[in-house]
Amino acid sequence: MSSTIKSYGVWIAAALLLLLLPYVFPAGASLTTMCLMGIMIIFALSYNMLLGQTGMLSFGHAVYYGLAAFVTAHTMNWAAKSGYPIPLPLIPVAGAATGLFFGIVFGWVSTKRGGTAFAMISLGLAELVYSSSLILRSFFGGEEGISADRTKLLRIFGYNFGPQLQVYYLIAFWTLLCVILMYAITRTPLGRMCNAVRENPERVEFVGYNPQFVRFIAFSLAGLFAGVAGSLAAINIELAQASFVGAGQSGAVLLAAYIGGVAFFVGPVLGAVLVTLLSIRLSDFSEIWLLYFGILFITVILFAPYGLSGLLMMHAQFWRGPLGSKIARLGKLFGAYIVALIPALIMIAGAILLIEMIHHVAQKGAEGANMHFLRRNYLTVNTHTVLPWVGGAVAMIGGFFAFRFTWPTVANAWHNALIDAQRSGK
Amino acid sequence: MNSAVELKSVEKRFGKTEIIRGVSLDVKSGERHAVIGPNGAGKSTLFNLISGRFMPSGGSIHLRGENITGLRPFEINRRGLSRSFQVTNIFPRLTVWENVRCAVLWSKGYKYSFWRNIDKLEDVRARTKEILELINMTDRAEIPAGVLSYAEQRALEIGITIAGGANIILLDEPTAGMSRSETEQAVALIRKVSEGRTLIIIEHDMGVVFDLADRISVLVYGQIIATDEPAKIKANQKVQEAYLGAAGHD
Repeated sequence: MSSTIKSYGVWIAAALLLLLLPYVFPAGASLTTMCLMGIMIIFALSYNMLLGQTGMLSFGHAVYYGLAAFVTAHTMNWAAKSGYPIPLPLIPVAGAATGLFFGIVFGWVSTKRGGTAFAMISLGLAELVYSSSLILRSFFGGEEGISADRTKLLRIFGYNFGPQLQVYYLIAFWTLLCVILMYAITRTPLGRMCNAVRENPERVEFVGYNPQFVRFIAFSLAGLFAGVAGSLAAINIELAQASFVGAGQSGAVLLAAYIGGVAFFVGPVLGAVLVTLLSIRLSDFSEIWLLYFGILFITVILFAPYGLSGLLMMHAQFWRGPLGSKIARLGKLFGAYIVALIPALIMIAGAILLIEMIHHVAQKGAEGANMHFLRRNYLTVNTHTVLPWVGGAVAMIGGFFAFRFTWPTVANAWHNALIDAQRSGK
Repeated sequence: MNSAVELKSVEKRFGKTEIIRGVSLDVKSGERHAVIGPNGAGKSTLFNLISGRFMPSGGSIHLRGENITGLRPFEINRRGLSRSFQVTNIFPRLTVWENVRCAVLWSKGYKYSFWRNIDKLEDVRARTKEILELINMTDRAEIPAGVLSYAEQRALEIGITIAGGANIILLDEPTAGMSRSETEQAVALIRKVSEGRTLIIIEHDMGVVFDLADRISVLVYGQIIATDEPAKIKANQKVQEAYLGAAGHD
């Protein structure tokens, strides 16, 4: 009984959080950001049904997202024009059906093989759909895409979904629903066989299952949820564009899932939130934010292969014993982290300064010697003087060695926390 | 007695290399049948052919009279034949419990269901528990299979093989690499799990073979040179020349 309360409790808490977030962050920009986060959460989790759960690396997941967005835009226009009584909150069903349909069609072809062959086929299909989007102008609308007006549909309870807040709640509802469903699927016979296929597809054949069919169903369902995400994206900006089916969108979802961590269900949720936030906010600080994004991705792959959720879960083993000792133990550990974080930040700041100056000199030399570091006017740097170059280099190199110097402190703190946790038993 | 597995002139070639050269074999329902032979004789290939991992180049294979030649492994498994592997073949990052449960699911009819909560399937839970008790790994249930000891992984391999309740079980060198005491435990386990079923076993340990088998087939260079009861195999001149003479001193 208590486990039932526990498992539902998470969802009730999530629902409350989604309900209250607009009161905590009421600004228009925040609402927009949160809408994009919700869409990305669904998209990244659907991607992880393939990558994390079933071990299928897809380079073309945006196909299902994007096609669903276009069908959604057409459906909205058709409903508005014909006057059929279809309210906006039900429109994502059309996106889900589109995603499922194309998941079945393309999945039938691509899931015959796993591993590298699957990855290559997904890339080929993505290219195929993207190039079609430039050719089939009546469906994809060419460069402008297909726009739609979400306020022209049947109103329910007087809501016309013009204000962003109403769209936020529409997206929040679908996000929660999809997250719950995708979580539930991991706990079914199919969900567990997906894990088995990821681990050892050959052995699966000898316990009565066809691994290709497991992949096929997983792929179709991933298409369905990607379709919901794409549909919400079209509702959110009242537009579907060719870039929705493009390689950039497929890459973004891979990044989100990987940075969050594919080994845990919650990983892609964290990844989606972070990646959305970064892709919106980083451009306020730098023109070449995509470069930093790439560096972050490489850093995660190299040093935290299980992503953010993996890093968090590594600390679960310290959460033992009485509350006071738990907090003291983690407090000591985080103290050591902060000691290491300071030189790390100095190193990063130095590196960013150098990169930005190189970018300024190479790309914007005509604008003169002065550069606004991080796009802040109060951080004006003269790139024609020696000092900032030397300063950047010293900060980067010095920070690196100082970071190396603090590393044993972190390792020690980790070791001590581990011993302490083991002593305090279960 | 009815035949459980019957091979008729089965051949297997890889390119020009003939591995199995016309094997005919009739394993009776309910017997414990050992396949022995020197290294490279084609024993594992024979298992791969019966279980559907490889397609035969010639001949046919029958399961309780039904021709299963060319069927995929999962189709053969669903017809009641299950096999283990010489090199441990498990799901390393899944727990021991999940490893066994994966092997139970199909036999309980849940197929590709994505609408039922797996933790609420009482029949699956009961069967998984029963298998874990049988292979003596109840207290290891929550451990990832990849970190088990070698002997434990071998026991789990057998657990996965029998979990689906197959009537015909193929075990490929289940005691390879085990110490004497581990081998004894493994043999006791095999005896227990093959009770009332058909067992085909590849084994190098002659002690195990003569202890366990009702009949023995000797495979040498892709051909069966004799199939008979243990005592008669021991006395068989051809077998002694080809096999026991070379390896019988250990």
